[in-house]
Parts: sequence; structure tokens; C-alpha cells
Amino acid sequence: MARIEDYASFVGQATIDELFLLARHLEGKSVQNVNSTAVGGGVAEILSRMIPLLKQLGVEARWDCIKGDEKFFATTKKFHNGLHGVAVDVGDDEYEHFLEVNRRNAGEMTFGDIVFVHDPQPVALIENRAEIGRRWLWRCHIDFSRPDPKIWKFLDQFVARYDAAVFSAPAFAQKLSVPQVLIAPSIDPLSDKNKELSEEAIASVFERFGIDRSRPIVTQISRFDYLKDPLGVIQAYKLAKQRLDMQLVLAGGGATDDPEGPAIMEQVKEQASKDADIFVLFLPPASDIEINALQRGSTVILQKSLKEGFGLTVAEALWKAKPTIAGAVGGIPLQIAHKYSGILTHSIEGTAQWIKQLISSPAYASKLGENGREHVRNNFLITRHIKDYLLLFISLFHEGDIVYL
Amino acid sequence: MGEFHFYTKLDQTLLLGVKAGNAEELLAGIQIVPDSSIYHHTHRYLHQHHYLSPEPPNDFAYWTAHVLGDVVLGERLWSVDIVGFQSIAELRQTFVNILEGHLASTRRRIDCAGGQEFHFMASRTYVLPTPHVAHNLAEFAHILNKVSINSLYFHVFDAKLRLERGENDFSRWFRSLGKTELAEKSSRLDPYSHTLDGLRREIIAMVEKHGSD
Repeated sequence: MARIEDYASFVGQATIDELFLLARHLEGKSVQNVNSTAVGGGVAEILSRMIPLLKQLGVEARWDCIKGDEKFFATTKKFHNGLHGVAVDVGDDEYEHFLEVNRRNAGEMTFGDIVFVHDPQPVALIENRAEIGRRWLWRCHIDFSRPDPKIWKFLDQFVARYDAAVFSAPAFAQKLSVPQVLIAPSIDPLSDKNKELSEEAIASVFERFGIDRSRPIVTQISRFDYLKDPLGVIQAYKLAKQRLDMQLVLAGGGATDDPEGPAIMEQVKEQASKDADIFVLFLPPASDIEINALQRGSTVILQKSLKEGFGLTVAEALWKAKPTIAGAVGGIPLQIAHKYSGILTHSIEGTAQWIKQLISSPAYASKLGENGREHVRNNFLITRHIKDYLLLFISLFHEGDIVYL
Repeated sequence: MGEFHFYTKLDQTLLLGVKAGNAEELLAGIQIVPDSSIYHHTHRYLHQHHYLSPEPPNDFAYWTAHVLGDVVLGERLWSVDIVGFQSIAELRQTFVNILEGHLASTRRRIDCAGGQEFHFMASRTYVLPTPHVAHNLAEFAHILNKVSINSLYFHVFDAKLRLERGENDFSRWFRSLGKTELAEKSSRLDPYSHTLDGLRREIIAMVEKHGSD
């Protein structure tokens, strides 16, 4: 297990000292995190890393999961899609079942002084706040830019009872009656996906996949779905390759429940079959070391998304000091300041042009990469995330724009 | 004021739910958001990119130039010399004047692409005492070398403009020690044109030079 002191080598001892200074202000307060699953998914992943670190800082932090049945999770899946802007139909009985499950869980739960609820599934635990008391925070981890109005109206009756709502990107802010806080996600520099790798480890991964490291390599790591635009990536590569030699690596998991996923994957495979320099790698879930190596060994990283939640693969690439070209969508502009810490593009042609520029100008590309790494060091590592959570908890007990602790 | 107590600060970012899609809406937003939002958008870039020199422009200028594509207006917003302001109210008025002047001078209106709106945010700042106390200039230089950039940032940027103390905390302390020349020099520094580590080194160099005066 990682120790909080281990992060001093990345962010400096003074930053770790500040976390301890902040944590002191939560003495005697218990912080209870609540979500709907103990394993799988980004929320469980970050909580499993965050809770032990909060405890090491002296915070009485814990994590509980609500229990639900198949009908409950089918309904919350509809909520999830509806909040993403997909048209869904939720029946009255499904809303009622959702409330019943939340009431049952609330009845069985021992609440902390601060109840930190993650995502929509447990949002209605607050229904009986008048009886339960406590301070309440709601953290929305998902893309919330175009929520289905009916679903949002249902959820908002609960969100409005919280002390504050937390979103991952500015575009997800809503007209709410409660304060809204921006807390971006983070990456862990000690995880398999981001830790330093030896040159031998990197080389062996490229060797295994038959990719030639003596020639430029352009890589996009992401799921094979429409919103990540793998076909646009192939087109940009083809345009750029008219002028420069290079290889393209598309690596990631299979399509999710995106209905267009299988069709996109077929087209990607077809395109790749015509060009020996395109490598399409379907990686199983436990491929963090492979992803790490592919990012570290590439010349340029792409994340040409058409829509994005936060897009943490960008932070992963920047942390490895890689020149990165990404679509200016979702949380990506928070991670890349155009021409300072990476490149933001809006089209296939623009992406192709920047691929050529970065391969042809290694000194500039290297400077972008170095700046990108510093940007991630200061803003997107787990220590910043911990700081934001501590401030969030402390904010429940203070008012004003400037708070003297 | 014989001792200098080092404080540090940590910021929480609030989302205001106010957004702009063109220069008119940017102006409307700048007129209504709280001071903590004007401060956020003129200082966030510097704090988050503190390792860069030259640093990216303030958020208003960056969005106008890079998202709206209006490089002329972007340059006007970028060239606001923040170090010359004593209050957020004055700073806000300057941005308002630039935008009003621009909108009056042209009928050209540019809307940003969908999803690339300017989202107004604000900073809520938490100030904490650190255990570090300097009793003389030598101790001051030693401590300044090891405190976080947040501490440096608080005493230089927040103290002068946000807390409206007239000048940065370091210069005020040097003055109280009778080190007038050091106070004047450090007060004249343009902290907005340095990286924060560069600024730290420059102040330490000044202190070491004047320490034996």
C-alpha cells in the first residue's frame, strides 16, 4: 500500500506538510463515503486509493456501499445514460423502486459526521435528512453537461438538500440552489499505469506487439467507441503519413454498450488490415503495465475525442512527458493549455497537421511534454485530489471567500 | 513586527453556473460575478502554470484569443498590467472598459463553438499558519527557500491585491525592519512576469544582497 510520504518525491515535502496541516482541522469528524460498488469503475478505484491515504493523514475516513437489486441497477443505468444526454424512458414504478432501495439502505446505515455520496445511485439517502442530521456532500463523477430534464428534475429534489455538489469539469455546472465545487479527477503516480518503467520493460512490450521503435509511433489509448473517434484518428494518421513515415497504435478495451461500437470496431479492423503500420491492440482489463509502456515508448500521443468526461488518459500521457494532441472537449482543455502544455485540435486535418509538426520538431515537442508533466504534477496528481477533498470537508464548517484556519 | 510568520493558502474552486459564448456575454459575466471570480480568472493561470515562462495569459484573454479566435481583443485583455492594481474592483473595471470599448468599435460578433463556452468560476481561499517564523533576514531567506509555492503566492499575490494590503507582505516586513531599499526593490518586482520559483530565487537573492546593509 502506498504511503503518503512516498508522494513527497513527486510534489515536494512542503505539499505533504500542507495536507497534514489541513487534516488537523478535521479532528473529531468522521467522513463516510457512500457509493454503489466496491470494485470496478473509476469511483471504486479512486476510493480504494484515497481512503488509506486520508487515514494516514489522520482523517477518520470510511467507505460504505449501498445494496441494490437488478431492477435498481437497471434503473440507475438508465439514469446514467439519461444524464449523459441519451433518450431514456424511466417508469413511475422504477422511480419508486429506486426510492425504496435508498430508504432501506438509509435505515440500515450508521452515518458519519460528513456523508459524502458518490454519483446518482445513493443520492436519495438524504431523503430523511431532517431526522438524520449530519453534513451532506454529493459528488457527481459523470458527464453532466446535457442531462435529461425529467431525470434531472427527479434527482434535483435530492441534490438541493445537500450542502454542496461536486463536479469534475466546469461544463457540468448546473443552475443549482446549493454551492457547486470543481474537483477534477487525478492520476496516481505510483499505480501500475503511471509508475516509472525500465527501458527493458518498455522495449519488451513493443517487441511483443511487433512495433518498430526506430520509427515514429503515434498512439491513442482508448475504448473503441464512436466518441473516441478511432476512425478520425486513422484518417489523420493517413493524411500525416503522406509526408512523413510513422506507425499508428490504437490500443484499448472493446466497445462498451455504445450501439455503434461493433460497427466502429469492424471499420477500424478493416482499415488496419490494409496498412501494416497500423496496430490495433485489444487489451484485456488488467493491462496497465502495457498501457504505461505504450505511452512511454510513443513519439506522440493522441486523444482525439469528440465528447469526453474528463479524459484522464490525457493526464496519463502528459505525466510521461509525452507531446499530446487532443480534442478540445470535456475536461481536456483543463489539462492542456494550447501550445503551452500540449495541442488542442478541432478537426481531422488539424490533428494531421500537428502530428507532422510534432514529429518534425522534436525540441518543441519535448518542451510541450515537459510542460505537460509539470502541469500534471501541480494539478492532476492524487495529492491535489486529497487536498481538494480535505478543503471540501472543511468548507462545511466555514463561510466567506477567505477563510483563516 | 519583529518576526515574520509564514502562512500558506490553499484554494477551492467554485463553479458559478454562469457562462459566456461571445464577448458580450463575457462582459455581462464579468460585471456580475463576485470579486473572487475576477481574482480566480486573472490568477488561476499563473498558479496552475507557475513553472512556465512566459506564462499563459489570463483566462479572459486565453479564451478570447484561442476559443473565439479574436486575437486583437485577446491581446488587449492579455496586456492588462495586473501588478499596477490595488483592488479587484479596479481590475474588474479595466476588463469591463476594454470589452465595452471593443464592442462599441465593431459590429463583428463571434460565437464560440458549442461546448466551448467560458465558464465562470471563483476561488475560495483557506489560509493556514505554517510552523515557520523568521526572526531576521538570514532566517527569512532560509525559510523562503523551503516553503511551498502556495506560501510564496499568498504573501506576494493575495496579500497585495486580494487582501488589499497595498504591497506584498515581504516588502511590508522589510520596511518594518528599516530595510527601506530592500522593501522598495521587492515591492517594485513584477511577480506576474516570473515563474514562481524564479520569483522565489530573485527575492532570496535580493535579501542576501541587502542582508548585511
